[in-house]
Order: sequence, then structure tokens, then C-alpha cells
Amino acid sequence: MRARVLVRPKEGILDPQGQAVERALPALGFQGVSHVHVGRLVELEVDDPARLPEMCERLLANPLIEEYEIVSEGS
Amino acid sequence: MSPTASSSRHRALGLSDYEYELILDRLGREPNGVELAMLSLMWSEHCAYKHSRKLLRRLPTEGPHLLMGPGENAGAVDVGGGLAVAFKVESHNHPSAVEPFQGAATGVGGILRDVFAVGARPIAVLDSLRFGEPFGSQRSRYLLERAVAGIGHYGNSIGVPTIGGEIYFEQSYEQNCLINAMCLGLAPHERLTRSAAAGPGNVLVLLGALTGRDGIGGASVLASAELGEGDEAKRPSVQIGDPFAEKKLLECCLELLDRELLVSLQDLGAAGLTSSASEMASKGGVGLDIDVSRVPLREEGLEPFEIMVSESQERMLCVVAPERVGQVIEVCERWETLATPIGSVTDSGYVRVLDAGTLVGELPVEVLVDACPLYDLEPVPAPDDAPLYGAPDRVLAGGESAGETLLALLRSPNIASRRPVFEQYDWIVQSRTVRRPEEADAAVLTLPDGGAIGVSIDGNGRRVACDPRAGATEAVYECSANLACVGAEPLGLTNCLNFGNPEKPHVAWQLVEAVEGLAHACEVLGVPVVGGNVSLYNEAPSGPIFPTPVVGMVGRLPDASRAGRLGFAREGDLIALVGEIEPSLTGSELAKLRGAAPAGSLPPMKAAAVRDAHRAVRDGIRSAALHNAHDVSEGGVAVALAECCVAGGLGSSVDLGDVGEVGLFGEAPGRAFVVSGPLDALESAGGRVIGRVGGDRLSIRAGELQPDLAVSELGDARDSGLRKLV
Amino acid sequence: MKFGVIRFPGSCDEVDALQAAARVGDAVLLWHADRDLHGVDAVVVPGGFSYGDYLRAGAIARFAPVMEEVSEFANAGGLVLGICNGFQVLCEAGLLPGALLPNLSLRFVCRQVGLEVVDNDSAFTRACDEGQRLSIPVKHTTGRFYAPADELDRLEAAGQVLLRYAPGENPNGSLRDIAGVRNERGNVFGLMPHPEHAVDPLTGSTDGLKIFESMRTHVADRVLV
Repeated sequence: MRARVLVRPKEGILDPQGQAVERALPALGFQGVSHVHVGRLVELEVDDPARLPEMCERLLANPLIEEYEIVSEGS
Repeated sequence: MSPTASSSRHRALGLSDYEYELILDRLGREPNGVELAMLSLMWSEHCAYKHSRKLLRRLPTEGPHLLMGPGENAGAVDVGGGLAVAFKVESHNHPSAVEPFQGAATGVGGILRDVFAVGARPIAVLDSLRFGEPFGSQRSRYLLERAVAGIGHYGNSIGVPTIGGEIYFEQSYEQNCLINAMCLGLAPHERLTRSAAAGPGNVLVLLGALTGRDGIGGASVLASAELGEGDEAKRPSVQIGDPFAEKKLLECCLELLDRELLVSLQDLGAAGLTSSASEMASKGGVGLDIDVSRVPLREEGLEPFEIMVSESQERMLCVVAPERVGQVIEVCERWETLATPIGSVTDSGYVRVLDAGTLVGELPVEVLVDACPLYDLEPVPAPDDAPLYGAPDRVLAGGESAGETLLALLRSPNIASRRPVFEQYDWIVQSRTVRRPEEADAAVLTLPDGGAIGVSIDGNGRRVACDPRAGATEAVYECSANLACVGAEPLGLTNCLNFGNPEKPHVAWQLVEAVEGLAHACEVLGVPVVGGNVSLYNEAPSGPIFPTPVVGMVGRLPDASRAGRLGFAREGDLIALVGEIEPSLTGSELAKLRGAAPAGSLPPMKAAAVRDAHRAVRDGIRSAALHNAHDVSEGGVAVALAECCVAGGLGSSVDLGDVGEVGLFGEAPGRAFVVSGPLDALESAGGRVIGRVGGDRLSIRAGELQPDLAVSELGDARDSGLRKLV
Repeated sequence: MKFGVIRFPGSCDEVDALQAAARVGDAVLLWHADRDLHGVDAVVVPGGFSYGDYLRAGAIARFAPVMEEVSEFANAGGLVLGICNGFQVLCEAGLLPGALLPNLSLRFVCRQVGLEVVDNDSAFTRACDEGQRLSIPVKHTTGRFYAPADELDRLEAAGQVLLRYAPGENPNGSLRDIAGVRNERGNVFGLMPHPEHAVDPLTGSTDGLKIFESMRTHVADRVLV
């Protein structure tokens, strides 16, 4: 099964990459953009999607500073 | 035979009709697709040096400390204690203009591989960069920022310190930035390795990363043509570097060499397997069979020609005796590096390409490597009434006081502090760095025997544009002067010649003159050229770049603890100028700030006087008689004095006599030094006393011009120059 | 006194750490794939880019076979020093509190910085005076120390913050200017600055030696007891 995990900085943690992108967009003419966060995408083929949360907790994300979201599963 | 309509594909690959006819003549038949791809790259300017090879024979390549001269992956000099320093500079200009982060990163990766390919452990990187004017051009700021980030990314990740370099900003580089990367490595003499393949029956083993479509038609082709419209389409050819993979590859190769498991080693750079295999075979007078189906691939469906020309990074080729292949694979496994037998050495004199045993192409090694025509240049100087370069924008309106002028120079992007840049580089890893960036005029690295290596990289395109022969000579002298300031004696030199289109007579003239200037300076100083690089066709519709020979020099000093510094060291020390100079404003930073185009002759140089001055400073620093030494370059004596004050945190008061503006800000690089110390030391060095160290202000009298500024103000001006740019 | 310095694929400063430790005791390299600490008295997890900093700095190195041994060693009270990437590995491994985030400047920074010794009652700082200034270089892109506010309060109250950046010298935006923290028990310490690059007057300051010397004294005392 194909799965995608999105990892992003936890709410409340300073995200300078997100801020840098948020500042850069208006300079290119894009208005009305806010709350930008920059994270990571991990794509995988998994036999047992039930184990995805554990994979996230143990390796794919650092729960102290990151949130993860298992975005889609499907064959 | 003559080229038919269907064979105009050779033109699309950059071969002229004349060259194609030569190929037909030598082969006696038309080349197939694989063969044509291979030939088009081997016969490109970048690989074959068609327009420069004859000229480069002018450069002296002999010297008492030379261990390996031009022709190998890197040159090497003896530094005592049974150790050698291997070094080289290379350009990655065209790829960096397209994608500056990866272009600069893979430029560093490539030069690192050249150094460990000869068996030396890379111990330092220096980079010489050129961009358009930063404040007027968002693109130039972007290139600067990304290139610096790319160099830092690669060098820092692989654990090789970036210890020096230079950056210049000139309108002439706006469309053609220059990214030259120099690397030094250390090796015991016995581990120095050559690349000639040998021993028919030996196995050809490919080490390192998987092969993909990186750079196909990339570096080599780009470097053989001027960048024009539509270079967006070249983007898919960008090479992506992986410093982590290279770190493992580096350790692996050094261990293989330590264990004497390899017959020869060659890195894969421009034109990938094709050029590496061809050159290994050529040097060894042998042939090579390569089976592309054995090459481990990153993606499916690569055609044989793609595999042969791929420029995927972080790969090396080695020749291994059959009974040692197993051990080689074991060592590589431990370093998590792929090792794959892909072919063998033969005595056929051919490079034969097979695909799962089926022959898909074969070419005589000689045709690939030696048969490419070498072109004579047709040099004609540009006429005075049709100069190649326009005038820069005026920055100084006129009427500034000497103090204001000095601050403007210190603030200018070509002179300001490079701290915002070099703080993005790791300059301490490997624990050899004795002099950090901006502590001295050359970087200094310890050697195990208590001695040290000094290294500097220099070049001033603006001055070479004024007068190519003298400007090139100055570049070499300046390098040697920088080494003298730390107490190092030059051992060898590497150079990168960055020029425009050599088929244009005015550029050809620049090239011929510059090489003559380099050769002359090397002869005067007794320093051999150990290797280098040429980057041509750096030209935009508006014209060629400034002719920019970049010189990297390596020297040795006997006592690391006595490495010189550039800052004033002690209150009360006397200050002197050492060296004969007739400074002039031609080609100077001040002339540029006032909107002067580069034109006019550069001041004369007397060989004996230059040698004497360098020796005097070197000896004075080595004996610790002199307490600081700084060469006078951009911005002249006034800027040099300001830099000594800021670096040392000490003021000074100086009387130059009635020398006027020329005496304050005129330039004559490579022949004059600001030094300080006790009177007898200055006199021994043949210096002319001009003042004294002390206080917290820099106060200069030059007749009626009397700049007087707080050292803190000088420091602030220097710091402000590049701060917002990176 | 025997130090063991781990070498991961991608470690850069392990040889430097080895040389620094060798000024104070014996020092050996520990290969990442070996589950054998060779009877060392202290483990040093060095700086660099282990596993290319892939996924997150230190995220993969923490699962190396040798790190299982290091965890056991730490749980048994053995001394563990994590420098820069090593600090990141120890945080990922849960042997130290908090985490390291990208520098606020989003740039790599290599700079000599001033540090203050906050607490010298530890195996790693006992050779310093409280409040002493140390001059040690930093070089990293991901050195901003983070822990939730209540955790930070707890760490400070418990004396677990051993080093802070001196006023005005915080190079990365670390919360509360924290440069180095120890675990609750006091046998594991992580710091972003590189003490192994401050041991030789020829190449910089020698303030970093104090950390290695502290560790040697601590081990010697324990043997006596």
C-alpha cells in the first residue's frame, strides 16, 4: 500500500524556514499568504499500514518538535 | 568522405564539419550513436583543450620540489617529512550560472575527487568567485548567496575545511559568474597514485554512486558554447551532489590505496566514463572493454551512450588485479560504497563499449584522446577606440575627502570583510588551521613535523583587462606575496584561466598575453605550474568577461608557531613599507568607484626587486623579527594600513610624504608590504619607516591629504560591505 | 583513562576528538557497527554529518548498533559526551532532554564564541570555575536548543544547564542561550560548541581541554572511591 507521511514543525515552535518563505512570497507578488510552515514528506510502500503511526513515532518524526500526518493510503 | 545531411547531428553535439571530417578520415567509417556521443565530448573544448593546449606548453612545469606535474588528476609537491601536498584548481562556471547551489557544490565535489584520486587526503578547499555587481543585480545576489551555500554545504558535510578564497564583483561577470574551486590534499609520497591503466587482463571496477542521467550533455557541452537564449532547457542536465556519498567514497579509496589494492585510480568528472576510461587507457598505452549493462543504475532505461557520458557525481574508476577484486569489494562494503566490476584492461588500443556482451561501439584510444585537432589562436588586441569593456557605474561623485574615500573603499564589495561569507564555511575541521580567514594574507595549515603549509588564491580580472600580460604577472606575484606574509616559500602553482570566446581575436590576444605573463612570473620566482584548468567561452551577447587568470599557490614554512599575521601586534612598533612600487590608479578600485573603464598600462615591475621584497618579508616573519606583514593590493597603502589596524585592534600614525592620492590609493599588487616591528628588523628587511603603531585611530599624512579615522569606524565600514548580501 | 570516540559514516570531527582526548588519556575509535565499547571509561559522540543528516540530524545514527551499547553504558552510569552532531544523536536517543532545531539565521555558522559555565558541579565542568568564560568554536546549521518552557524551567532549577552562550554571543537562537545540558543523573552531557577544537594554542584557544580534563578527574575519583 502506498502511504504518504507529512511531517511539520509543532505548533508554537519557531519555524524560521516557514517565516523565510512567508516573507519571500509577497516580494514575488503573491499577497494574502500567511501561516506558512515548511516540513518534510516521506512516501513509502508498506505491507502493514497499521504500523505507520509507530514508524512515525520512532523514526520518521521527532514527537518533541514535530507533528505528523498520515495523509493518504491506498493501493 | 564528406558529411551527409543525416550526419548533421554532429553539429548538434558541438562538432564542426572539419572535425567530423577528421573523425571520418581516422575511423574510415561513420561513427554510430554511442561513438559520436563519446567523440563529441572528448573533442569538446572542456575535455580536449583545443584552443589552449598549444599555448599552455609555454608554462614552466619543472621545479626542485615537484613530484607530479600537469597531466594527472592533480599535481603534487614535496613538503618534507616524506609528505606530499597534491593540489589543483578547477572551474565550474557554466553549471553554476544555471544552478548555483549544485553547480558550486559539485564543483567542490569534483576537485575533491581529483585530489583523492592521486591518493591524497583532502585537507583544505579554497574558492575564487566572481559575480556581477551585487547592489544593482538581484540575480548576482542570488548567485552569490546560493554559490556560497553550495560550497559550504559540500565542504562542511564532507569534513574538509574551507580556509580561504576570494570574491570579486564586476559588471563583466553579470551573465557569466565564475566559480573556481581549489583543493589541497596530503599524502605520504608512497601513496601518490597515477591514473594510467595497466596490465591487460586486469579488472576495471566502478566505485561509488549509482549512475543516472545527471549532466548528460552537461558540463562539457555547456563549457564549449557561450550561454545564450534558451539555457533554461539545459536545466535537466544539472548534476546533483551528495557529500555524504563522497565522504564514504573518499575514505574507501584512501584505504584501498593504503592497502595497495589498486593498480590505478581515476575520478569520473566531465564526460563521465568516457573521459575517465579514455584517459586511463591513453596514459597506459592499453585498451579498455566496458560493459554498460554491469554499471549500477539509478533509473531504468538508460541507453548505452547515456551510461557512457553520464556525469553522475561521486564515482571513481579503478584498475584492480583479478585476484584482488574480492578484497576491494570487501573494503568498499565496509564503507557502504558500491564496487562493481564493469570491464577489463586489454591490449587492443581501443575503448570498446559492450551491452551485455554485444559490442555497441568501439573507438581507438588515440582518436578519442590525441587526434582532436589543436587550434592556433589568432590574437589581435582590441583597438583603443573600440574597447571591450564599458565603464562601471560611478559610486563616488567627486569631492570626497581622503577619509571619506578610504571608508568608501573599505565598504566596497571588492574590499569589504568577507566574514558574512566565510562564517558559512567550516574552517577548523581536521584541526590543522593555524591562520583563519582574515587573520593573515594566506591560510596556514600545520604539518606533522612542526612546519606548515601556506596557501593563497588570487587574481584580479579588472587589472588583467587593462593589461593582460602585466595583470597575469601581478596575479602570480600577489600569490607569492601573500605566502611571504605568513613566512612561506612557494613550492608550486595551479591556475585556472577563465576567458571569453577564444575564436574571437581580441580574446585570443588576452589569452596569449596572459599566459605569457604567467609564464614570466613563474620563471622569475622559480615556481612550476603543477596543473590547472581552462574555462573558455565565458561570454554573453554583451561581450566577454574580464580575462581572469586565477592563481593558487602552495608554499611551506618551517615553523607553524611563527606563521605571520596581518594585524598590527604591538603598541610602539614602527611601521615600514617594504618593496619598490610605483603605484598607479590604473585598474584600481578607486578608479572603478569613480566610473573609470579598465584601460591603460599597469605600473612596471622589476623582477629582482620583487624577489628581494618577498624574501625579505618571508625571512623577517620566519625569524619573528617582523611582527606583522600585509601585502598592498586593492585600495593601495591606505587600505592596507586600515586593514592592519582593524585586524590588530590597534591604531597607527603614518607619514607617507607628499605622495598624493596615488600614494594613498594607487595599486601595485604583489610587490609591496606593510610591516611592523622594531627598527632593526625593518631595516634588515629593507623597509622604509613610515610611522608607528599606537592609539585607537588611523592617522595618515600624505602631503595635504590627511585621513584620520577611528579604528572602530574603519571596522564598521569593512563589516557593512557584504553583510546584507549573504 | 580511556576515551572511546564513535565513528559513524559521515562523522567529520571524530579524529579531532580522538586527538583532543589523547592529550588527556588514551583514546580509541569505536566503529558504529560494532557492539563493543572496548572497556572505555567514557564515550564521545563526535561532530559531523552522520548519515548525511538525512531525515533529521542524528535521527539515523541513534539506531546504530554501537548506540545500543552506549545507552546501556549510560544507564549504568558511564560518562557520555555528545559534541554538536553527537548532542543531536543523544537527544534523538532520549539520553538527553530537548532537541536541536535549525539556526534562526537558517545558515551554517562557524565562529569562535564565548560561553559561560553555569554549573561546575558536574563530571564535565568540574575543572572550571562557576561563571568562568570559555572561548570555544561552534560550527553548525542545526544548533538551536529547544525544550518546552516548563521543561526548561525544570532543567535550570535542577542545574542541568551547564553551559550558556555569553551575552550577545548566541549564534543560533537557542532558548535561554543554552549551549550545553546534562541528563538528570549527570553522566551524559551534550553541547553544540566543539571543545575538541579548543585544545591547541597553535590553532585556537585551549579552553576546551577543561571538559576532557574534568572527565578524566571524575573517572579517577570514581576509581579511588
